[in-house]
Amino acid sequence: MNPALQALITITVGVGGCVGYFWLSNLVLDRVLFPARGPQAGRNITRANMIRPWLFLFPALVALAVYLAYPVVATAWLSLHRDAGGAREFAGLDNYARMMAEPKFWESMRNNLLWLVVVPALSTAFGLLAAQLTDRIGWGNLAKSLIFMPMAISFVGASVIWKLIYDARPAGQDQIGILNALYLWAGGDAPQQWLQIPFWNSLFLMAVLVWIQAGFAMVILSAALRAIPEETVEAAILDGANPLQIFFRIKVPQIRGTIVVVWTTITITVLKVFDIVLAMTNGQWETQVLANYMYDKFFRAFDVGVGSAAAMVIMALVTPILVWNVRNARREMQ
Amino acid sequence: MADLLLRDVSKSYGQVTVLRDINLDIRRGELIVFVGPSGCGKSTLLRMIAGLERISGGDFLIDGVRMNDVPPAQRGIAMVFQSYALYPHMTVRDNMSFALKLAKRSDAEIRAAVDRVAQILQLTPYLDRLPKALSGGQRQRVAIGRAIVRDPKVYLFDEPLSNLDAALRVATRIEIAQLKEAMPHSTMVYVTHDQVEAMTLASRIVVLAGGGIAQVGSPLELYQRPRSEFVAQFIGSPSMNLLAGTVASTGPQTLVRLDGGGVARVAIPTAEADLGLRVNLGVRPEDLVPTDAPDALFAGEVEITEALGEVTLLYFRRQDQGAAVVAKLPGIHQGLRRSTVRLGADPARLHLFHQGQSLLWR
Repeated sequence: MNPALQALITITVGVGGCVGYFWLSNLVLDRVLFPARGPQAGRNITRANMIRPWLFLFPALVALAVYLAYPVVATAWLSLHRDAGGAREFAGLDNYARMMAEPKFWESMRNNLLWLVVVPALSTAFGLLAAQLTDRIGWGNLAKSLIFMPMAISFVGASVIWKLIYDARPAGQDQIGILNALYLWAGGDAPQQWLQIPFWNSLFLMAVLVWIQAGFAMVILSAALRAIPEETVEAAILDGANPLQIFFRIKVPQIRGTIVVVWTTITITVLKVFDIVLAMTNGQWETQVLANYMYDKFFRAFDVGVGSAAAMVIMALVTPILVWNVRNARREMQ
Repeated sequence: MADLLLRDVSKSYGQVTVLRDINLDIRRGELIVFVGPSGCGKSTLLRMIAGLERISGGDFLIDGVRMNDVPPAQRGIAMVFQSYALYPHMTVRDNMSFALKLAKRSDAEIRAAVDRVAQILQLTPYLDRLPKALSGGQRQRVAIGRAIVRDPKVYLFDEPLSNLDAALRVATRIEIAQLKEAMPHSTMVYVTHDQVEAMTLASRIVVLAGGGIAQVGSPLELYQRPRSEFVAQFIGSPSMNLLAGTVASTGPQTLVRLDGGGVARVAIPTAEADLGLRVNLGVRPEDLVPTDAPDALFAGEVEITEALGEVTLLYFRRQDQGAAVVAKLPGIHQGLRRSTVRLGADPARLHLFHQGQSLLWR
């Protein structure tokens, strides 16, 4: 069968199934289980209204249970067990201990920490800068679209683009990587394999994510900046503030809540970073990060125990930030 | 503490000119009120004085120094905004200190200045609060305090009372009047659309209309000797009645025969040449009095009455076109509805307009 036809059928069945479920289950509840007539009409309506939210939430709850809750529990269980000839036997914290003993794990932790500091800070800073500047120029909307566009590119796609930027050809040939081209033009001695220079290569990988996330930060922060009452800025001008003081002492404090939300949202993305490292260096040359480390262990080395342990570490790191982020976002909405 | 001079000032946005030929000499210690219908450019003029809008043409001087290109902060002005424009993330103290901090004054000096002003405005208990924890009236006082702390030469007020409820507006209006009293050398420019604020606060009122100044004068001068029909109808509430008529006899007093049938003797001198001139007779509702004389100024059937206790407003049906004739009689008058009332007026309180301009100002 033609794949397009398959997709069409899938969509029809999926969407039709969803609509059908909500419509039919609602009908059964109102007409068959608790009909709003007869001597018990009032009581029936109350009961139907108590059941209805659960009825509508049911598909979402099932999906969450199967695809989120169960994997969490299963991963936790796996991280505490070892492979014993096909069967699983309890291993206590043995997997965690083995993981901690690996230098590659600590390298991942160190790199993740670096990502955690650099990427949200730079993305938010660039986003804020772009938001402020694009609001003040005639072609600001065009600039905004351009800055936002990377958001539409997948991480792997972005990695491929940036691999070309970092590309190195043997000395003497024309460099197709713009970084090497610039490096040689500025007086560099020989083309560099940028992705193989430890420490700096991590920063080069981070540039990809900053490039993508700055657009996201810009859009949210631009909306927040526009919501600042114009009079407070005018009052500051009359009070003698210069543009920098207006920006840092009047505008930024007024959008602090939004900045925190943007920052933490990017932080969560960073903690899960995987595709970029996988596509560009696959963790070689000291660029390993936790998610790719987990993938390495779980799906390449088939060390299910250590892989699960790594997954649990990621979850433990993400959860507090997620909770904080949701709280901040809720406060922003009030 | 400054003289302001506007010379042929104009403002245009691209091809559209919103203000032109603004000539105004504001002397030190005056409280000048800009009034006018919405869209007349009064706020724009104030913002040009503040430096928030560019001056498209003409000169603006403070104490003889041309200010057109001087940045707002160096003009020696402070502004109170309609929306208060308090910095929401700063406490009351920080709001009031901000300008002084930017000016790099010493901490002790700033603290003393803020404490003194807070004392005057009764804000001392609220100095550590954020603006959101204050009532509307308190916020307005902080905004005024923020202006006073800077000890400016000129105070600008942009409809400062519009966001307050009626009772608070009256109280704050009196506070501003007292503030002005306490600072007799400060120059203040105040924009409002509320003519009661204008009449009560102003030392002089500037009426703006149609992109220019319609008249400048003390409140009572505008009330008693309006230069044009526009000013006559803008000042006073309900607004002045206009009745069309023809000059029937001239001299030190003028006799006007009204199209509606009445005659009016007006204490405005006219020359021989004015005989037969088409004029509008202006008479304020409060100047109309019931009369039994045969040659009443106006006679008509009362359509609606509004009893306000202190006064009673009578709205008359009118034969010709135009707004209903309104009379304001002191005290309570009942049972006048649907009856015919004859009205006269003191000749000294009548106005004559020819083609919109007062005959007094020819």
